Amino acid sequence: MVEFTLPKNSRVTEGRLLKASPDAKRLKAFKIYRWNPDDGGNPRVDTYEIDLDACGPMVLDALIKIKNEIDSTLTFRRSCREGICGSCAMNIDGTNTLACLKPIDEIKGAVAINPLPHMPVIKDLVPDLTQAYAQYHSIEPWLQAETQAPPDAERRQSQEERAQIDGLWECILCFCCTTSCPSYWWNGDRYLGPAVLMAAYRWIADSRDENAGHRLDALQDPFKLYRCHTIMNCAETCPKGLNPAKAIGNIKRLMVERQE
Amino acid sequence: MQDVRETLMQGRNSDGRSVRRPLSPHLQVYKPQISSVLSIFHRFSGVALTGGAVLLALWLAAAADSPHTFLIAQRLVDSFPGLSILFGFTVLLFYHFCNGIRHLLWDAGYGFDLSTMHRTGYIVIGATLCLAALVWAVGFAIG
Repeated sequence: MVEFTLPKNSRVTEGRLLKASPDAKRLKAFKIYRWNPDDGGNPRVDTYEIDLDACGPMVLDALIKIKNEIDSTLTFRRSCREGICGSCAMNIDGTNTLACLKPIDEIKGAVAINPLPHMPVIKDLVPDLTQAYAQYHSIEPWLQAETQAPPDAERRQSQEERAQIDGLWECILCFCCTTSCPSYWWNGDRYLGPAVLMAAYRWIADSRDENAGHRLDALQDPFKLYRCHTIMNCAETCPKGLNPAKAIGNIKRLMVERQE
Repeated sequence: MQDVRETLMQGRNSDGRSVRRPLSPHLQVYKPQISSVLSIFHRFSGVALTGGAVLLALWLAAAADSPHTFLIAQRLVDSFPGLSILFGFTVLLFYHFCNGIRHLLWDAGYGFDLSTMHRTGYIVIGATLCLAALVWAVGFAIG
């Protein structure tokens, strides 16, 4: 349902200011969303000043520096620090991206960091992705084929067939795109969202998969697929440079073509 | 129907007591981009044009009613607020028309690449302004 404002318990209040040491030269302020279930009360924004001369180049470096040196209670997900695990997806400077791939010097002024938008917050920058994972599970993201694979080899594809899933398989399921989509904000209970639909198309487009018809049947629904209104925030924000809107467009096209 | 996401708003604190989780900020923090701004403007222009269609029907009804009623309607249209609404109507009409073509191209499978999407967006804005200016120039020229 469309709700433009945040619920009362979710309105963000002004938090603390933690200054850097006075001899720091290249100061940068990080305004970070904080909420702890043990505190009670509303979320707040804490401001941390950091000396960039003593910090790595990426936003994730700054977050780790804050956690190690200034405030160990700051909570966020991170793992690979090289853009392949998708853990550190968050809203940085107004768009969703991976903190480990976002250079600090691309951001003018203070760096605003929020959890992925319109999600339940578990703590600080950690959103609850249960719904998105359940939706991913619902599209059956595994190879389905009646034909047995050759006993002594893998299922073969031509180079052209293999090229069909380029730009799809690279998705790391960070859900930057899904949580950038206003349609998902309002209808995420039933709309699958860009990441999951692109994953669905990845299997529909795979020449080794024999269940495309069934997969399309499952998406033939006013909400699951057709809440995509080609807003294109997904493609705009994808930290891997993929284009979920295009994949969704391809699914819609197949839906029409198979009726002919 | 209850939103299934409601269950996920229930959390627990370290003592195991149930706590209502906050919803993370969305419109409040998300940067407007050409993608989303043109999209919401398409929705807005569609809604506004529906209202405009009612006004158009009223104007036609006035013409069908009597010369006197039509004269009143014409005076209203010719007034400054009337002309402003008419101007807004033409701009929104051309925007909805041009962006509608953009949507048709998407539906046909073209124009999804990010650079193309940006270019067609700016083309739609330019075409809207040109077409609206053209209509008004012609309108004023023929009186």
